[in-house]
Amino acid sequence: MGRYLVRRLLWVALVLLIITVITFLIFFVMPPTDPAVVFAGKQPTKETIAEVRRQFGLDKPIYEQMGLFIWHLFKGDAYGWPGLGFSFNTRSPLKPIIMSRLWVTVQLALGAAVVWLALGIPIGILSALRPRSLFDRLAMGFALIGVSAPVFFLGPVFLYVFWFKLRIAPSSGYFPISQFGIVPWFQHFIMPWVVLALLYAAFYARMTRANLIETMGQDYIRTARAKGLSERRVVLRHGLRAGLTPLVTMFGLDLGALLGGAFITETVFNLPGIGNYAIRSAYSGDLYAILDVTLIAGFFITFANLAVDIVYAFLDPRVRYS
Amino acid sequence: MPEPLLEVRDLTVHFPTEDGLVKAVDGVSFTVQPGETLGVVGESGSGKSVTFLTVMGLTSSGSAIIEGEVLFQGQDLLKLPKDEMRTIRGSKISMIFQDPMTSLHPFYKVGYQIGEAIRTHQKVSKNEAHDQAVEMLKRVGISRPDERAKQYPHEFSGGMRQRAMIAMALSLNPDLLIADEPTTALDVTVQAQILDLIDRLKDEFNAAVVMITHDLGVVAEHCDDIQVMYAGRAVEFGDARDIYYDAHHPYTWGLLRSIARLDSSGRERLEPIQGLPPSLIFVPPGCPFHPRCPYVFDKCRTDVPALIPADGHHASACHLSLADKERIFHEEVMVRT
Repeated sequence: MGRYLVRRLLWVALVLLIITVITFLIFFVMPPTDPAVVFAGKQPTKETIAEVRRQFGLDKPIYEQMGLFIWHLFKGDAYGWPGLGFSFNTRSPLKPIIMSRLWVTVQLALGAAVVWLALGIPIGILSALRPRSLFDRLAMGFALIGVSAPVFFLGPVFLYVFWFKLRIAPSSGYFPISQFGIVPWFQHFIMPWVVLALLYAAFYARMTRANLIETMGQDYIRTARAKGLSERRVVLRHGLRAGLTPLVTMFGLDLGALLGGAFITETVFNLPGIGNYAIRSAYSGDLYAILDVTLIAGFFITFANLAVDIVYAFLDPRVRYS
Repeated sequence: MPEPLLEVRDLTVHFPTEDGLVKAVDGVSFTVQPGETLGVVGESGSGKSVTFLTVMGLTSSGSAIIEGEVLFQGQDLLKLPKDEMRTIRGSKISMIFQDPMTSLHPFYKVGYQIGEAIRTHQKVSKNEAHDQAVEMLKRVGISRPDERAKQYPHEFSGGMRQRAMIAMALSLNPDLLIADEPTTALDVTVQAQILDLIDRLKDEFNAAVVMITHDLGVVAEHCDDIQVMYAGRAVEFGDARDIYYDAHHPYTWGLLRSIARLDSSGRERLEPIQGLPPSLIFVPPGCPFHPRCPYVFDKCRTDVPALIPADGHHASACHLSLADKERIFHEEVMVRT
């Protein structure tokens, strides 16, 4: 297990390195906008542009810039560890910006995860235990709608109905718990949570249903019944144990992807999260910010993969690593 | 005659489906005496498994229409409330299945799964249940049972898993063990071991056994009585001698002809029964076997033959006269087998 873990971690490092190189190539070698021009002010002279280029370190050769970025990542830079560089936009260190935005995204993603698990799994279980019942048909009907309704549509509809028309929800925006207390924080998060969670809840309900129906038809479920176990125990101990385990994989990867930024939800609900920041940085050509958010997304996804594989080995005895 | 352990009277099990009513079991009656071994033989779809899943109360479809009586120790299981049926299932009647590879839960240790059965019916601690599970594994011939109990099913071979299933089934000392094709999924070398094991344990635990199989060869040396089923009905019933040396039903003859034998001349070919088993939705009128029967005559196409005893114990459901049956068997079937 130890050796396996080391090998996997080395792979993660390699993947992140490749991500860094590719991002560098895209945004530094063939940038959509020249950051030096964008940040040099209105009608800059050639000298100003050159000066900006020098200040940003863009005059150095590409491999030196890349090497410096990676070196700073490991060793820290003038603004502390890990060295995330500075923003061309605000000319200030990126670390505090990234961290505060990451925290917003974490709150959004974890809250939504709670909502979609709490909705999707019970609905899926109930549907699976009474397939083709009225409940099942209604639930799967809603799931179909949930799967088909994108966040950029659901979000504005929710805002229009619950805020603009019914006035039972507050408008969008981020109200940190430390500054405003728990109630405004919760009120402002509930709609983004629900909107983001609906899509996932629908997927999870369908997955749970399909997995559990398949599991309940297995021979070992018949064995459990033949032992004289109560139906409750058959479902809870034998059915769910096998039926829900595959969901762990899905959940890990979904959560990992979301932690890298819920771009649309953050934008619709005006949440200053990491996804929102990624879009803004890409527009303005804020190179180090782009590198940072890309790396963070890559980090979460690769670590989610690793975490899922490790957790799975504990859940399914047939999977063992060597 | 002592009171039978299990008496099934005129059992029918029908499943409504979109295509029509599937008559999986259509009026089956039989008895199992305490300590005896009953072999139930038939092709796939003959209703043999459904009959005994119904006895267990495990008929998979909730919409099944079940009629008749299943008297176990004088009690009609079909009328029992679910909770009471559950106390019988696994403790007084237990069952092992065809495919041991999939019959154990892949996520739980074998010892735990056996212990779970024990703790369901007896008030014992986890540790006691585990100790009993180890003891059971030992009795079914698994070496190093204490280590094996802590392993998962995927660490067991097929034969060992079936042994573990048998250990689980016998752990509460049931009066009746139903073995649904217990050897079909196993290697030939392991098959005989498992059958011998069931034979031995049946005496040790003083249990009656129902051996469901499609292989007449299997039931021969391991069963007292044999019931042959076809299209959801019993077509012949008798003790092993009756079936092997004096079979009365053309379907049984067909089964006997299709047993491969080492001592036959070698150039002789197996004679399969012509045709396919009938649809259980559109069961042929009259005798359900008549479309495949080489001895068919007019009456067979219209009248359903009843299971009529020829000499007390031995009974068959066929319109041929007893004299004809004996003549055909000795002239055409016996010669081969």
